[in-house]
Amino acid sequence: MAAAAAGGGAARGCGATSFQRKAAGGSRLAAIAGTRPSVRHGQLLLSSGLPSLDCVLGGGIAVGTLLLIEEDTYGLYSNLLFKYFLAEGVVCGHDLFVASAKEHPDNILKELPAPLLDDTYRNELGEEGTAVKSEDFQDSMKIAWRYQNLPKMEASPTSSTKFGHYYDISKRMSPELFQSIKRHSFYLHEESSLEPKMKACNMNSAYARLLQSIQRIIYQEGFDGSDPQKKQKTILRIGIQSLGSLLWGDDICSSDTPEDIHSLTKFLYVLRGLLRKSLSACIITVPAHLIQNKAIMERVTNLSDMVVGLESFIGSERETNPLYKDYHGLVHVHQIPRLNSLICDVSDTKDLAFRLKRKLFTIERLHLPPDLSDTVSRASKQELAGSAKLLSSGCGAMAIGKRHLDF
Amino acid sequence: MFAELNELLDASPQRPESGKFTLLRDTRTDGSFLVHHFLSFYLRAGCKVCFVALLQSFSHYNIVAQKLGVSLTAAKGRGQLVFLEGLKSCIDLVFGEEEEQPGQPSPLQFLSESTSDLKALFDFVRTSLTPNGSDSWKGPVLLVDDLSVLLSVGAAPVAVLDFIHYCRAAVCSQLKGNIVVLVHSNEDSEDEENELVVNSLCHHSDLILWVEGLATGFCKDVHGQIKIIKRVSLQLTAEPDLIQIYQYKIQDKNVTFFARGLSAAVL
Repeated sequence: MAAAAAGGGAARGCGATSFQRKAAGGSRLAAIAGTRPSVRHGQLLLSSGLPSLDCVLGGGIAVGTLLLIEEDTYGLYSNLLFKYFLAEGVVCGHDLFVASAKEHPDNILKELPAPLLDDTYRNELGEEGTAVKSEDFQDSMKIAWRYQNLPKMEASPTSSTKFGHYYDISKRMSPELFQSIKRHSFYLHEESSLEPKMKACNMNSAYARLLQSIQRIIYQEGFDGSDPQKKQKTILRIGIQSLGSLLWGDDICSSDTPEDIHSLTKFLYVLRGLLRKSLSACIITVPAHLIQNKAIMERVTNLSDMVVGLESFIGSERETNPLYKDYHGLVHVHQIPRLNSLICDVSDTKDLAFRLKRKLFTIERLHLPPDLSDTVSRASKQELAGSAKLLSSGCGAMAIGKRHLDF
Repeated sequence: MFAELNELLDASPQRPESGKFTLLRDTRTDGSFLVHHFLSFYLRAGCKVCFVALLQSFSHYNIVAQKLGVSLTAAKGRGQLVFLEGLKSCIDLVFGEEEEQPGQPSPLQFLSESTSDLKALFDFVRTSLTPNGSDSWKGPVLLVDDLSVLLSVGAAPVAVLDFIHYCRAAVCSQLKGNIVVLVHSNEDSEDEENELVVNSLCHHSDLILWVEGLATGFCKDVHGQIKIIKRVSLQLTAEPDLIQIYQYKIQDKNVTFFARGLSAAVL
């Protein structure tokens, strides 16, 4: 059974995992490299470049959807996620479209992390792997025997999937991998300032030009299927950096009463229309912590498919808090879409944290360390209560609990 | 359509009501399952439906409707369903060529013009629901998913309220049809325009279905609670509104409703 499934998976192409159900249209859909059909709703899924983020998002990013990342305070980790998304596109052979107002897209592409091949990854994890194995071999649990039969919690992603790849951020991606990739870029300050041909509908001109550029690429390269001659066999990965920031000419991040609060939401609506009818997926990072008018972020969340917020501990009092010593920040999943179905693949763990462990970025369930102090002091109890209140707040797709259940 | 919700609302596809304005409201969760319910309910009841879908594509609704037993492509084919795909008409409007067919302005005209009234959208709704002689459908129905998007893309709140008012006059009073509208709202929302529209619509609705996430957070077995408010007070008989609260769980092809605290996981 397992061998047949593995054989089927291998025959289908480099993107398929060996755990795929043989759906009727499965072989047809998985012909595009780097994608796999979702079990739930048959949509094609892409990897975001971070397998643990794929788990959190319910398997991956569906083709035609938008992933919005709310940046952390200094933009360090959201930049990493941005680069992972693009690096995954390079490794899978997808086309890239990079838009930025901050740094030149060519520089962004030069700094993509190098992919880890299977054997090097196993060597990296070698020491940890042996530690885990020794635990496996031990006898049945003596004290916590009730937990014997619970499924093993997957705190970190396994290396057996072929769908996502791992990247080493200390090394740069070698230029040979870029040879066959088609790259399109949009650097705001180098774009001609001609009036865009589209009916601008009172949008910020930078956004209008960006939309024009995206629509032109989608149409010319045939991603929307409008031209039967150009049958596209790959996905267009669009990455837009720091949308809404001052560099794009929008003042929602710098003023309490911005001039035009509708530009960003109009842009997202038109972009949503473009994505839905083409073979593409988009990642946008937004400096949400700078936007004073929270109504804008609410509307932006409603117009996006997946919204993930990063909160890093740099500079906050949590950096030195012993409860969070293993982690570098928290991950808040604000929204998961329900595509083609009434239910969504939301993961059960709502308390997620991320860490940059050696060269790998992982998103894991937040584990509080055990309270091992000799005297359980009042201060640590308050910290625990505070973090427990944080833990009881749930994912926005379901509910955000305000009341703390105190037993 | 969900059989249990029909029982709770005392509604049946065999005898659809007329002249009712139903408001679907969601807070901290996703209430779009109610839109799928009403879409399949009214199509089964044999009503002519005009669906203004602003946020998702046609195939999304089609796939869910097939799970609920209704085919949207067949309904479109026989003229029972008029589907306005907001995303597609927005793209056509923004990136389309200069020459449009005169006399057929895009329903989302307000996006490209500086006037922010929704007259073109109302004209579209009225022409699609006015019965021409050959139709034999029971009353017309307008379904909007969702109204908060109109505010996000630049329509003024007053324009949205005017649009709803005109639709009520045309669809509910003149044509004796029904309207179902979905809005998002949040108690501590900072989006004042949205709250204004939602509050105003609450006052004018005959039936409010208010879907909320549980106040205590995420639960695998209970996905939220639904408050059914029957606005009996609008009938001026000095009776207060009838409020019923149930909890629900969404499954692949159905949504089960149960009394609070009596979910299947607990019993």
